[in-house]
Amino acid sequence: MQVIAQTESVAAAPSTGSRWLRDVTGVILIIAAGLAGYWLFPDNLALLTRVIAIALLVLSIDLITGYCGVATLGQAALFGAGAYAAGIACVNGVTEPLTLIVIGAVAGSAAGLLMGTIMLRAHGLAQLVLSIAIVQLFHEAANKASAYTGGSDGLAGLTVSPLFGVFEFDLWGQTAYLFGLALLVVVFVVLKFIVSSPFGMLCRGIKQDPIRIRAMGSFVFPVLLKMFVISGAVAGMGGALAAISTQVVGLDSVSFELSANALVMLVLGGLGTLYGALVGTVIFMGFEHIVSSINPFHWMTMVGALLIAVVIAAPGGLSGVLERISGSGRGKKGGRA
Amino acid sequence: MSELFRVEGLTKNFGGLAVSRNISLSMPAGERLALIGPNGAGKTTFVNLVTGQLQPSAGRVVLSGEDVTGLGAVRRVRKGLVRTFQVTRLFSEMTPEEHVTLTVLQREGKASRILSRFTGNSEVAGEVEGILATLGLLDVARRKVGEIAYGQQRLLEIGIALALRPKVLLLDEPAAGVPSSDTPKIEQALERLPPSLAVLMIEHDMDLVFRFAKRVVVLAAGEIIFEGLPSEVAANEKVREAYLGNYAYARSVA
Repeated sequence: MQVIAQTESVAAAPSTGSRWLRDVTGVILIIAAGLAGYWLFPDNLALLTRVIAIALLVLSIDLITGYCGVATLGQAALFGAGAYAAGIACVNGVTEPLTLIVIGAVAGSAAGLLMGTIMLRAHGLAQLVLSIAIVQLFHEAANKASAYTGGSDGLAGLTVSPLFGVFEFDLWGQTAYLFGLALLVVVFVVLKFIVSSPFGMLCRGIKQDPIRIRAMGSFVFPVLLKMFVISGAVAGMGGALAAISTQVVGLDSVSFELSANALVMLVLGGLGTLYGALVGTVIFMGFEHIVSSINPFHWMTMVGALLIAVVIAAPGGLSGVLERISGSGRGKKGGRA
Repeated sequence: MSELFRVEGLTKNFGGLAVSRNISLSMPAGERLALIGPNGAGKTTFVNLVTGQLQPSAGRVVLSGEDVTGLGAVRRVRKGLVRTFQVTRLFSEMTPEEHVTLTVLQREGKASRILSRFTGNSEVAGEVEGILATLGLLDVARRKVGEIAYGQQRLLEIGIALALRPKVLLLDEPAAGVPSSDTPKIEQALERLPPSLAVLMIEHDMDLVFRFAKRVVVLAAGEIIFEGLPSEVAANEKVREAYLGNYAYARSVA
């Protein structure tokens, strides 16, 4: 009996080495899928770049919802903060793309700090309602400050310098797409480190039982606030990427609708794995693109039906299904990384 | 022995109901105290008041000569006032190793680092292994907590508390819900607690109380009705009355 228990324990827990291998494989798959998109859909690179920008937004929701258990319907406030900050900077002469991404990250972090400070005062449903209120306020502020944001006309006239002084952001969107893909990969790797760090563990503990975490001697509020700031940086970079690639920032980038869609993408893909955010975004936006061209009026109905099917049949999201399929293929159960 | 921990006149009213009435007791280092009493006597409320989950209506909590009554639960833990829970509060998706590692890192102030690795610090790993070994949990160290036996989960609760290097440990029914075949393991773990640690244990299992405690305090209707040696408690008239029911209900504030 004892022997059986021991063997099982070794099998049940993936060693650090095998987790490392899983993550390296995961990152290689993301790069491969990204490059495949580049070769297979050369005419749709603008859409694919948009997918990457939204994927960053969905990843940022995963950080606070999937890892900390704080649900939000206002994450586009952080995405929009990054988009407008990069856009306004660009119009005012800061045109270097990497600098614009950093500006987006900083603005997103600041918005995350503000949003976290407000949202973490409440719990549960009240917290969710606060998140909606905040994104609406951001939306209204962006609308009113039309001198800076262009209001409902949008902020246009962004001219971004060539990347590293060499690669122009051309009409075909090749530079923007590859730049976005590289950004996504870097962010993903950094986030993998963060969610596997002591801080990431602490967040997961808070998600399950904040009272236990306090009894371990750790405050909860500063930990969650820190995650809001990190999440804001990620969402802000997504916004900045959207601004750079489309060369325009619209009010839709700071809307409730975008926030809600992004949350739907996360639930579709699966929470708390980072992979789920990517899978959910690609499937949702791919589905949107294909179905809306077939039936432009009822595509959201189809998305609704897909979501219901996923929530009922695979509560862990589509990435959970993929993991189970690949897990059973290798004959062992993988833990969350 | 010199006093390590003291509560003075601890009182808690919920509306008109007094759940703790003027409780005073003190513990030296190395104390082994059992707090017993009928259901609803206010034992867990007392632990909540001492550890800061609840704020008292009146009274003081003093640790190592310092008044900690105004401090929140987290700061009290950091000062060395640590509890376990009557119903285990563990993270079902994490392993025992991860629980204790997280606790040790927290104690060392390293738990909120974002770019260091969770495992891989050999000093921390050594300490974690030592704690798990003392409790006989090495075999299940890398299994998810949701998959291990309840008795092992109770031991892990104690392990987490020990990883905080407490001065005062409050054990809220450490053997509750554990099948009697596993009680000896809990008892063994209690025997191995650091000798200098002051321990207050709430427990219903009287055999365990008599073997563990040097001193017994009986709580009924939110107040202390007996304090003395384990050998004296059974003979005490008030205690017998309490367990028969006269004291078993909280009384309204006079």
